[in-house]
Order: sequence, then C-alpha cells, then structure tokens
Amino acid sequence: MIIMSIDYSRIGLKAGLEIHQQLNTAAKLFCSCKPELFKEQPEITFLRRLRPTQSELGQIDPAAFFEFRKGVKILYEASGETACLVEMDEEPPHDLNREAVEIALTVALMIDAKPLDEIHVMRKTVIDGSNTTGFQRTCVVALNGEIDVEGKRIPIQHIGVEEDAARKMGEEGTIIKYRIDRLGIPLIEIATAPVIYSPQEAEKAALAIGRILRATRRVKRGLGTIRQDINISIRDGALTEIKGVQELELVSKVVEYEVQRQLSLLKIRDALNKIGAQKEDVKDEIVDVTSIFSQTGCRVIKEAMKQNKRVWAVKLSKFSGLLKTELMPGVRLGKELADIAHFWGRVGGIFHTDELPAYGISAEEIDQLKRFMKAEHQDAVVFVADTEENATDALKAVTQRAREAIEGVPEETRAANPDGTTRYMRPRPGAARMYPETDVPPIQITEEYLSGLRARLPEMPEEKMKRLMKQYGLNAKLAKQVIDSEYADLFEAAAKETKVSPTVIAAALTETMKALRREGFETEMITDEQIREMFRLIDSGETAKEAIPNILSWLAQHERATVKEAVKNLGLAMISLEELETIINNVIEENKSLIQKKGSGAFGTFMGLIMEKVRGKAEAHMVSEVLKRKLKKLLSKCNAK
Amino acid sequence: MIEEFPGYKGTALQALKKAGAEIGDIIRIVKNGITYEGLLIPRSEYGDDKHIVIKLKSGYNVGIRITSTTSIEKVGAGVKPAFVPPPLPKQKPDLPKVAIISTGGTIASRVDYRTGGVRPALSASDLYSVVPELSEIAIIDAEILFSIFSEDMTPKHWPEIAKAVAKHIENGASGVVVAHGTDTMAYTSAALSFALQSLPVPVILVGSQRSADRPSSDAATNLTGAVAAAARAPFAEVVLAMHGTISDKSIVFHRGTKVRKCHTSRRDAFKSVNAKPLAEMENEKITMLTEDYRRRNHARKLILKPNFEDKVALVKFHPGLNPKIIEWYVHEGYKGIIIEGSGLGHVGKYCLPPIREAIESNVVVAMTSQCIWGRVNMKVYDSGRDLLEIGVIPLEDMLPETALAKLMWIFGQTKNVEEAKKLLLTNIAYEISPRTTAESGAE
Repeated sequence: MIIMSIDYSRIGLKAGLEIHQQLNTAAKLFCSCKPELFKEQPEITFLRRLRPTQSELGQIDPAAFFEFRKGVKILYEASGETACLVEMDEEPPHDLNREAVEIALTVALMIDAKPLDEIHVMRKTVIDGSNTTGFQRTCVVALNGEIDVEGKRIPIQHIGVEEDAARKMGEEGTIIKYRIDRLGIPLIEIATAPVIYSPQEAEKAALAIGRILRATRRVKRGLGTIRQDINISIRDGALTEIKGVQELELVSKVVEYEVQRQLSLLKIRDALNKIGAQKEDVKDEIVDVTSIFSQTGCRVIKEAMKQNKRVWAVKLSKFSGLLKTELMPGVRLGKELADIAHFWGRVGGIFHTDELPAYGISAEEIDQLKRFMKAEHQDAVVFVADTEENATDALKAVTQRAREAIEGVPEETRAANPDGTTRYMRPRPGAARMYPETDVPPIQITEEYLSGLRARLPEMPEEKMKRLMKQYGLNAKLAKQVIDSEYADLFEAAAKETKVSPTVIAAALTETMKALRREGFETEMITDEQIREMFRLIDSGETAKEAIPNILSWLAQHERATVKEAVKNLGLAMISLEELETIINNVIEENKSLIQKKGSGAFGTFMGLIMEKVRGKAEAHMVSEVLKRKLKKLLSKCNAK
Repeated sequence: MIEEFPGYKGTALQALKKAGAEIGDIIRIVKNGITYEGLLIPRSEYGDDKHIVIKLKSGYNVGIRITSTTSIEKVGAGVKPAFVPPPLPKQKPDLPKVAIISTGGTIASRVDYRTGGVRPALSASDLYSVVPELSEIAIIDAEILFSIFSEDMTPKHWPEIAKAVAKHIENGASGVVVAHGTDTMAYTSAALSFALQSLPVPVILVGSQRSADRPSSDAATNLTGAVAAAARAPFAEVVLAMHGTISDKSIVFHRGTKVRKCHTSRRDAFKSVNAKPLAEMENEKITMLTEDYRRRNHARKLILKPNFEDKVALVKFHPGLNPKIIEWYVHEGYKGIIIEGSGLGHVGKYCLPPIREAIESNVVVAMTSQCIWGRVNMKVYDSGRDLLEIGVIPLEDMLPETALAKLMWIFGQTKNVEEAKKLLLTNIAYEISPRTTAESGAE
C-alpha cells in the first residue's frame, strides 16, 4: 500500500460524530432491571421473528424485508437479574428513567445546549434483532450546544437519551443470537454538526466530548461503554456511516482509512471508465458451473458438493485485476464483494479469478471456467458454492456492487473493526423511520428544575485540570491524562487518603494502566477498591511503588483477589532492613574489585545491581541510604590502611 | 378539542389557529431567540394545553411550551402522502375460502411515520398487503363488523358476531376468523361456542398482545395461524388462537369455553383452564392434542342460536362482600347470578339470606370458583352444604366467565327457570369436563 499524504481540505472531507455513552444509572431506561451484563449461561432463551412494518406510504425498508423473507430468526438470551418482561417485549415500558434524563440535561447545560420543554420518546425502527421490539426507544432532550476544540467551535446539534441495544452473540445459519442484558441500558447520544475536516480534528472532538461526559462522574467506564458512530464523506464520494468505534484512539484512524477507501474506489471508477466499462455489461447471468469442479482439489467446494450444493458463477465484465485493488490495509475490493455476498446471500465466502489459482483450485479449472463463462482477459469471474437460492442472492448482490463501482462510491453503513478498518454492514436505511412511543408519556422540563441543575453543574474539564495541577502538584501532561482517563475520581480518592505522591498515583492510573492494556491485560477487571488498597499498602510500607505494574497485571488476571494476595504471590512484600543489609553485603562481597577500581564512583553500579534483586521489595531511597553508609565505611577502612 | 387539531386545546389551540397552521404543516416557532422548525404533530388528548408538538427534520418529536413571547408561523403547507399500496400478491383460485370478521383491535396496521398515526388494515386487500403470506393460505373475504375496543364489547354485540359468522359459513367459507381485542375475547369465545351449534367448519377468534404496528408484534403470526386453521384444521369448533409461549414458534388453539386471559401483557397470556388445548400449530403443521372433538364436515348443518339475555350477573365473593349487592340484582330484575366463590365454592354466612331470597324469587344462582383452576365441591364443608340446601347450583369445573356467558345464552333461549337450571348443567360445548387430569392442572 502506498502511504498517501492527503490534503484533507482539498479532497473535501466532511465528518460528523455521534457519540453514545452508557450512563451509570441505578436502573435501566424503561424498567428497574440492573444495567449490567452477565457472563454465565443464559437462564432464559426465546425465539422471535421481526416483521418489517409497512409505512403509510406502502414502503418497507428493503434490507429489513429481505432479512424477513430469508426467514431470519432471532434467539434471545437473558438472565433473570438483568432482564424482565420489558426487555423481552412482553410488557409495556415503564416511565422514562429521570436519572438518565437528568444526566443528559446536565451535559446539555455544560455545553450550553438548549433543553427542550417537553421530551417525547420515539420509536426508531431497527429490525436486525438488536431490539426485541423492532425499534429503539430514543428521545432528544436538548438542541444546539457547542464545544471548543483548540479554539474551533464545533456545534453539537443533538443531545439525546436512548436505550442501548442487545449484544450480538453469534450467527448460525438463519438464526442470529442476541443477549438482552445490554438492552435498555441508558445511553446519552451526542451528535456534532458535520464540520470536522480532518482525522485529527475528529479525534480531538471525540476526546473533548469524552472529557465532558466523564466530568459528570455519572457515566459508565470500560471497554464497550462508549461507542462512536462517524459520518464521513469526501467530494465525489458518498456519505458513509461507520458504526461502533469503541475507542477514542481509533477515531482518526477510522476517518483516515475511510478516506483512503473512498479515494481508492474513485480510482477504480476512473480505471473502469478508461477501459470503457458499462453498467449494462455487468449482467445478472448466474450460471451453474458445477461440472467444471467435479474433480476439484478445493476442499471448500468438495465439502459443499457433498451437501448437494452446486457451484454458481457470474461474470464481471472488465473487472479483471481490479478485485485485488487494496481499499484499506488488508481490505481489497474482492473482500468487499465477499462481505456483501455474505450479507445478502448468507454464503460463507466467494471465489474470484483475481485471487486464483489458489485454495486448491487449479489453473486448468480457471481456464475452463473462463471459457465456459465466455470471459475475455479483461473480465473477472466470481463464483460461490452454495444452494441455488443463497448463491443467486449472493451473486446478484455482487453484480449490483460491481455496477456501483463503475459509478463510484455507494452510500452504505459500515461497521468498525478493532484495527480501525471497516466492513460492509448494510445499505443505508431510508428516511428515518420514527414514530411516537405512545406507551411512555412525554415529560415536561420546567425552568425551576433547570435552574436547580445549573446551580450544581459539575466542574468543567479545564477547571478540573487547573485544580489538579494546583492541588496535587501534577504537571500539565499528567493532569490532562488523568482527566482523559476513567480514573479522575479514583485518583483524587487515593491521593487524599494516602501520603503516596500524587504524581506516582496519577502515573499509575494513566501511563501504567495504558501500557498494561496495550500488553493485553484486562485492566477493567481491576476494581477501584483494589487500586485504593494498593496505594494504602504502599503508604504503610507493606509494598513499594516500584511494584505497581506487577500488582496491577496480577490483579487483572485474578478476579476478586486482594492486593495482599497479589503482594504475597508475587513475592513483593517489603524485605526487612536486616534482609536488605545481607543482600547489600553479599553484592559488595561479590564485587569487591569494583571498589578498588572506582572508589566512591562505584555507587551507581552497586545501586543498579542491588535494585535488580530487590525491586518492588525495598524502597530505592532505603537501598541508597544503606549502601552509602556501607560504602563510606568500607572506603574509610581502605583509606585507613 | 377540535377535530382538525387532535389533542390541542386552550392556549396552544389558539396560537395554532392564529398562525393558520394545520396538522402536517411545516411551522416555525421562535422562543427566547431560539428557532424550532418542523411538522405540526397531533397531541395526546391527555397532554396539557401549553405545548405544541412538532416533528423535527431529524424525525424526533419535541414539545415547545407556548408563552406570551412565543411566535408561531406557518412556513409550508403539509403534503399528505399518497398511499401507494404495494402490488397485491397473486390470488390462487384453488385455495379454501376464509372469512375474516373484524370487531376491533388491530390485527394488522400500517404506520404513518409523518404524523405518528397508526392505521388499522381491515379490508382484504389491506390485509394481503400487510401480511402477504395470507394469500398462500386462503382466499380472504374480509368484513368489518365493529370497530370497538374489546372492553366495550357487550352481550348485545355477541348475536351480531354469531350472525355474521353464520352468514359466511352459509356462503361456503371453509372457516371463519374473528379478529377481537384480547381483554374480553375469552367471553366472546364462550358466547359463540353456545350460539353456534353443530358447526361444520372451525371458527377461530384471534387477537394480539403487542400492537400490530411494531415489528415484533404477535399479530401477523397469530393471524396466519388462525387463517391456516380456518382453512384446513380438522376440527369444527369455536376456538381461540394465540401464542403458546413467549417465542414466535407455536400457535395454540384453545377451546372457546375453556380459555382464559391469565396475563396482562405476555404473548402467551391465554391458557386453557381445566383442559388441554384442542390443537397446536408449529411450522405450519396443525396437531390435534385430543381425540375428543367435533370433526370438520362441510355437509353438517349449522344451528344458529344467537340470542343472549344481559340480565345475568357475575359476583365475586370476597371477605366483607356487602350482601345487599345480591338484593340489588334481584330488585333490578336479574334472572341469574353466577357466584365466583372462594375455594371449593363458598361464600360467607352473611351472604346466605339474600341468596336464599334470590332463589325464592326465581333467580337462578350458580356457583363457580375464583381459584380459576379446579372443580367446585360444596359437599365438603358446612358452608357449601348450606348453599346446596338453599338451591345454589354447583357448576363443576366451568370457568366463571363461561358460566356467565352460558347463563346469558340460556335465558336468550328460554324463560323457564327449571329448564334453565337443567341446561346449565348440560354439557353443550365442552364447558364441563367430568374428570380433571393432572395434565390440565395449573401451570
């Protein structure tokens, strides 16, 4: 992949963010269930179908109706603690959770948005199974705020409250599994205007919004509690909606990759136009080519034929070579076609001539296939081994996508991968299908209530940063990191209840935690109480601050363990002065020649050798004190001689 | 409230009239320097008179409070969307004919996303377009008989329904589906079980527990199940078709006299009580759950007995029941009283004198149990024996609601009290089962 240096303003990049953050309320948005997830086997399962509702215009969402026609069923999993009849769509919703509305209004007032007089809960049609009802309950609570991102004012168009969706657990054939523990957890939704013009700006805006959310101290933390959707378009490209970016750090990468993708698609379009590709030439002529593969060495095809499936092929006129064009790192046009084929045809995968011979398919079979399909050297052939119905749906989707490639970039909804690339999710839904949730009465927001909220707004992030620097002596970088971490409250609690240096606490909670996460430790397993206990033990001299990374990584791997157990198991308990002296004596004894060579200049080397043995078990200043004393004694002895 | 402005009154209504805006128009509201623009939306009747609801461009509805400084301006006329029905599925001429009689409640509907209105789909073509699978099952003949909530259904409506069903059967329907709100559907199913005797084909009552406008509604599944049973089930009885569980898996056909709504909201709210369900449908296959049923026979001649007497009461005994209530019914000329007694069929001693007086005044008094599951037996305790002695009729394992509908029907057929008593204990539509098995016990 050629690394492109892109002038984003020249290509007309426009992006908008939609941030969804779980609120830390006592109950869910429309019932009294615990807003928590469960890991155990489900206690309750039930099977449902969702039928697209017809609108007054006689229209139904084509993607939704397609899924219905394919007989897609949804298997829901639930636990008694985290779901009641409301989440199961077996009981009407209860009243809108006022705590959630209050948090959202607090955020609204912090960014100078205008709360609405009367909040109306709406039903937004979502038919993929992630909502048992077939719609998401959502409401707008305030409009027209703004945030400051390094001097640029970014308008916040919308602040809303909505229910989180069920978690997708997997797919087997036509059955999709969802777990409804997450369904109904209150989310705040914050949408910016599409006035973000570079990947960096997108990330900064996301960070600024994240800071304000955390400043309320009433949002959930940990992976999966915040999700960003990003709308991106470039000039001549198309509006793409990217769903479910789980980490702020990924935002700029997602934008970069999407720009790359759209630019690559435009290049493909130009290449196709140059060789005279025509939409009409890409035909839906799906051909049974099973006979070519009767003796194939391809395991996938053999396996499919054993199940009485057949091989079906379609020609993509003038596409030869283009299917291997890379759109983003690791994603070629061929992979896009495969994702689309999977969505529409539920097929496992597709083969295309740009990647063959491979997978046990021989050059001879490819030649035969091309001849059979009357494919010229400029044409590509795509084929799939499946039932006639699935293969037809899959290959029709492939030809449709190929025709769109001749025109440029199609509008679509994509899902974010953990590395910042994205994958096809579904076509963009038609006009928002929203209608009132008549089971939940509107709630009125009075001026008195708002002035009460205004009087006790939380500290704004900038003020808090200044205070952290002043009160705890943190430098600006650490103070900012604390604000941007999920541990600002914990930092203050630990700094107040122990005499451990605030800088040590701040570094542990930001840099150390980040490093551990990067190494793959599940830091969200560590509880606040464990972290506070750790600092108390450091404070009382039972362990050393040098042991922090080891203790935290051990705790991340041992759920519900105590810090004392960590210290004990890691052998990190402080050693006694006596033991320390013995160790120091031994080290000096083993390296006597050093003293003779360097005299008092040997201190540094000795310090290093000793710390290697006692790191985490003795405070460095203790070691230094004892070592100094001993060296002095020894040297004076030497001199005396 | 004015029809053109549903839900609006007082201040808000005046402001709208002044602006000359109608529902569906685009209006601009300026308040405290903030501008809101959107479609004017109807307001809930229970809302106050100080807010106007608009639908923003984003699709969200919001309410704006009208104050003395708020300005409202109409900036665009509403465009009423023209409904373009999707092409109707092709009718298959060799399919059985099934009649669907709507009495209210919406078994199918479409949503007006513009104003949020939900419109019921009632005609045959509406039903086909909303639930296209129906065209694979039967040729539908749809009739709108009433449009009322099921709680507004009275014994005066039952003869109308019975006559409509009979008409369709006489016209050659292979089965009749009655779409009904769920609250009183079991009363209607019991009533029809007595009014439609010697049925040649099935009569299926059907409803939904989750509104038809939502994608998760049970309405379409219940309806297709009901139509399938009407078209080809082997039985010829009045049944009630609803979900068997909370999954969209099986449709259960409960006998009309043995079914009760046992949950306020669940899809599987209806349960057969003191009986097993008659049949079940899963994956389009109908399975009979008993051998004892009336077979479908298109040659059999239907006997229609559609009359009901509404002067029959259902009285639930409870600690401290005022016995004067019974006196009041007698005084009002009621012909029968069904008591929902405690346990095996008891009432407090203090209720005995008015009950005795009622019976002496030729009022039929009969006993059922408020336990819901089980059979009355008034020979075990003195209080039961006392009631028997004064002439209260024990109704075995008959459901209180079924007993009420039955006695109403009986007095629609005869004025003779002795004959009424005899009919009450005659098993007409499987309402009495001589034995209760463990399987038909409470869940």
